Amino acid sequence: MNGFPWLTCLTLVPLLGGVGLVCGMAGRDRMARLVAWFVWGISAFLVLALGTIVDLRAGTLQAVERHAWVPTLGVTYHVGVDGLGWVLLLLTVVVSGLALLAGRTIRERVHVFHGLTLALMATLFGTFTALNFVHWFLFWELSLIPAFFLVRLWGGPQRHTASIQFFLFTLAGSVAMLLGFLVVLLGTGELDFPELARLAREGALWPAVWKHWNGWVQSPQGLALVVMVLVLAGLAVKIPMMPLHTWLPSTYSEAATPVTMLLTGAMSKMGVYGLVRIILPVFQEPLRQAWPWLMGLALWTVVAAACAALAQRDLKRMLAYSSVNHLGYCLLAVFALGAAGSGDQGAVHQGAALNGLVLQMFNHGLTAATLFWCVGLLEERSGGLRGLDDFGGLRAAAPVFCGLTGVAAFASLGLPGLNGFVGEFLIFRGVFALVPWGAVLAAPGLLVTAVFLLRMLQRVFHGPVQPVCGSWCDLTGRERLALALPVAGMFVLGLWPQVLLQFTQPWAIQLLGFLGV
Amino acid sequence: MDTWVKWMWLIPALPLVAAGVTALLPRRARAGSAALAIGSLVVSLVLSGAAFIETVGQAGVRQTVRVPWFVFGPGEEGVLWLGWVLDPLSASMLVMVSGVGLLIFLYSLGYMAKDPNFTRFFCFLSLFAGAMLGLVMSNSLVGLFICWELVGLASYLLIGFWFHKPEAAAAARKAFITTRVGDLAFLLGLVWLYGSTGTQLFYEGGQGCLEGPALQRVVMETALWGWSASQWIGLLLFIGAVGKSGQLPLHVWLPDAMEGPTPVSALIHAATMVAAGVFLMARVFPLLQAGSDDGGTAVLTVMAWVGALTAVFAASVAVAQTDIKRILAYSTISQLGYMMLGLATGGVAVGMFHLLTHAFFKALLFLGAGSVIHGCHDEQDIRRMGGLRKWMPVTFLTYTVGMLALAGFPVLFSGFWSKEEILHAAHAWPVSTVPFWLALAGVFLTAFYMTRQVVLVFGGQGPRHAGAGEGSHPPHESPPVMTVPLVVLAAFSVLLGFVGTPAWPWIQSYLEGATVSVDWGRLFSGELWGLAALSVVGVLGGMGLGLWLYGRVTGSAGEFQEPLTALPAGLYPALRDKFWVDEIYGWTVISWLRTVAHWCDRLDRWVWNGMVQAVALLTEAMAVLTRVTDEGVVNAGFDGACGGLRRQGRRLSLWNNGRVQRSLAFMAAAVAVLVTWWVWGGNGR
Repeated sequence: MNGFPWLTCLTLVPLLGGVGLVCGMAGRDRMARLVAWFVWGISAFLVLALGTIVDLRAGTLQAVERHAWVPTLGVTYHVGVDGLGWVLLLLTVVVSGLALLAGRTIRERVHVFHGLTLALMATLFGTFTALNFVHWFLFWELSLIPAFFLVRLWGGPQRHTASIQFFLFTLAGSVAMLLGFLVVLLGTGELDFPELARLAREGALWPAVWKHWNGWVQSPQGLALVVMVLVLAGLAVKIPMMPLHTWLPSTYSEAATPVTMLLTGAMSKMGVYGLVRIILPVFQEPLRQAWPWLMGLALWTVVAAACAALAQRDLKRMLAYSSVNHLGYCLLAVFALGAAGSGDQGAVHQGAALNGLVLQMFNHGLTAATLFWCVGLLEERSGGLRGLDDFGGLRAAAPVFCGLTGVAAFASLGLPGLNGFVGEFLIFRGVFALVPWGAVLAAPGLLVTAVFLLRMLQRVFHGPVQPVCGSWCDLTGRERLALALPVAGMFVLGLWPQVLLQFTQPWAIQLLGFLGV
Repeated sequence: MDTWVKWMWLIPALPLVAAGVTALLPRRARAGSAALAIGSLVVSLVLSGAAFIETVGQAGVRQTVRVPWFVFGPGEEGVLWLGWVLDPLSASMLVMVSGVGLLIFLYSLGYMAKDPNFTRFFCFLSLFAGAMLGLVMSNSLVGLFICWELVGLASYLLIGFWFHKPEAAAAARKAFITTRVGDLAFLLGLVWLYGSTGTQLFYEGGQGCLEGPALQRVVMETALWGWSASQWIGLLLFIGAVGKSGQLPLHVWLPDAMEGPTPVSALIHAATMVAAGVFLMARVFPLLQAGSDDGGTAVLTVMAWVGALTAVFAASVAVAQTDIKRILAYSTISQLGYMMLGLATGGVAVGMFHLLTHAFFKALLFLGAGSVIHGCHDEQDIRRMGGLRKWMPVTFLTYTVGMLALAGFPVLFSGFWSKEEILHAAHAWPVSTVPFWLALAGVFLTAFYMTRQVVLVFGGQGPRHAGAGEGSHPPHESPPVMTVPLVVLAAFSVLLGFVGTPAWPWIQSYLEGATVSVDWGRLFSGELWGLAALSVVGVLGGMGLGLWLYGRVTGSAGEFQEPLTALPAGLYPALRDKFWVDEIYGWTVISWLRTVAHWCDRLDRWVWNGMVQAVALLTEAMAVLTRVTDEGVVNAGFDGACGGLRRQGRRLSLWNNGRVQRSLAFMAAAVAVLVTWWVWGGNGR
């Protein structure tokens, strides 16, 4: 079971690199950038190597390491990776790479920025591989520290308020989640996710917990529901699910561009990951009861976030709401799985929803990070302007920039041939078969997304050339290359989604088999 | 010949590759981009021709190829297949799209010659051609949807090609969003069909979604309001077609799309893309028809009504327009309505025949209009033109051919035969005859507005607008690269009718997979001409009225006076302002959406954020309260107690000052007191 500790190494490398950068590279900016890229390169290599070394197509957990940690509390050091985890590791690598590229514009405290970025990457690696609650929760919380400082140290004038709101909001959610798991721990003495999931499937988990808390809630079902709501609160803040999203617009718009890219591209996936890794298997029983309500919240997130994006005049705020909207489709898929029946057909529908939601996570990470980057470039070159009405006719001055941004925008609104379509199509394919009304009510979200993204293209790129755009110079050669990378990724994933699906599909089958479909 | 079908993917792939390569070319590579686009389309045309010839020989044979795209679930049903099909429907569309497309590509060489973004233009055109060819030959509903969206993208890019014009940018966005309303219904229909039947391949040796068992399944599935799932899916797909084909009530984008360059209007917004909706309905016709023996299913009824209403609505609006391209745009909407009506009442062959003939003569009309605009130095208002037949003879002649074909002038022109088919089918429709009478009214209106346009543009003595007149820039005929495509299209506008006459209904039987024989007797049957007489009267009446009204106007000198203003009160403004549909949408749907967005934002900023802020405030208030109690009560009490203790201690400490005499004195005093109490006190012991 305990082979070469790949996953431990994977987490340790950027963590040590990050700490080293923060502590030892003050004043040596060039060196700090180089070191950061070097460490990133090692991590990227490790993730890719991991993909070839372990058998992800088996669908089960691979590269598992398990050591006793605090046996009396059920705490183990337990890590492992499967298709879902690996895709998210890859996403973390990709998004941090893009953030480092975009971090070129950071001029002060360069070593701190790079160090914190690497540290954030390490905590994300930790979260996406941990299989014991305490271990997982540790990284979940640790990730807040670099994220808090990243938001606080660079960015807009309101960043202090935003960072504190972000920190406290997330922390409050985490406290709820911790309470939920304490209830479980005291009832079962068990905190390993696979073990809890096994108990839950056998129907033994909630009666055991309830027995311990006898008299506190009327039935095991009720207790399960309460615990699920607690855990869900922690996850929902991070994703975010309405109405726990209010930290997001101000944080995303106040943080510096590379930081926002990290937050939306990688960190928001922690929440969805938690839903899939924890809620689906461990809380399958309460989910069967509560899914209509949760579906309602997901629909609300999809539609209201799209509508709120339509009302924004600040491009970054608009994209922030668009991010909420896109992750809403993931919520939709997860909660529709709660309604799942069984049968041959059922497995296909649920497979579509599950694979679609993983693709959607990856696609959203790539696309949203790229779009924020584009707006960051826009802001940087026009002296801090980023209002919807501040520009006009930019396409005449900067055709390459507008072309690449346009591709990213169309990817975001789900144009076939680009990455966004496949994920959304699969989600709708699965959700419609499982919960038809859910898919129908979510469809307006797709329309409104198109409305506000095309409005952005129309107001910023088209029309007569405004003075602010006249003097705009197009991207330099290096910037073109940098921005072309994610755009090329959108094409690859849009045309050849199998490149990711070959890893997620076996995992999805495995999970569905486990859930007893 | 089996292997040939396997290479059919080249037909759409070549233009798509050309588009991809051209996208990376620098702006100065004008010749290269045009050569790539035209070269790839020539090859596609040749391949399409070969495909067409193969289908001609073998009636009713359908060859399909499928390739896996990705896997998302267990088993065979978890594989998403893409594929293509070679049957009369796809082959005829392939030839039409690549043929008309090639002519328009050539025409664009002349029309766009001076444009700085020439390279980009051919890139987008190639993208469109590739996606459109993929759309018509796709054997998979997902593949069709993908191409459907891609032609929408190409349409968006090309409508907004002159993006510095605010109207063009707005029109592009409007087109994309309006069609996307339909596309969402399409997507829902698609996932419904896919989920219920487990496949989205149309034909696959009996296992496709348009074949027996799958159709049976959706017919049996009951959904909302007692409609079967097949009806609902058909309706959802039809809404998609309504968006793409500019039917009521989603027609508003198509007239605005005329902001794009004229070759684009001809190719995308007249001949091919807008007909994709009709094509989709033809492709899924077995689904629409399923579950009913006489063909009168609910969704076909809806289709017939929408088509008929659109036909007459758009034709009436076209009557009062003044922009040469917008008249043609409304005419396109109206003709698409005829196609829908024909398809719903008469089946695939009737709708498709009109689609094919319309593609040629409408492309001809648009290219002719482009030639006029080009020759008049970007003038588009027909009130300011006039007498152009003198300067532009080729354009005039070909345009007249197109106009007669569109108006359905008897016998000689293709439009007559295809329109007759539709009128016959509508007349024989068992559900209602109202669509037939609407269509007949549309025939009259069509003849009238086309006559009006031709008379105003080409008739009269000379341009009514001083600037474009005999001054420094007289109108001029277009170069051969533009006029040759006009002549070719004009020839097709005439000839195509002769493969679909009642005497030799070759194209109908080709599409239906039947054999055909020549029978001249059918051409002279009373049954045919009994109805045809009505429409001939309509055509001649419309043309005569147009000639009479506008012949006088162009004959007279001075400012142009619109004779239609003499219509009964309020009718002319309603026609001129397109029945205010855009304005009504502005007041309703658009402003509702704006309000909802506004309230979502409000809710976010004030209610949800307000609640968070309230919690924060509450926490802060708690903190302050704690501080106050801490400092004012607990701390102060503690401090007070400590201070008191200290003071007492200090006082007490005065006693322990180490003076032995005083201590002894106190002790002596105490002893004295004790002794006294002991001796005399007590209870008198």
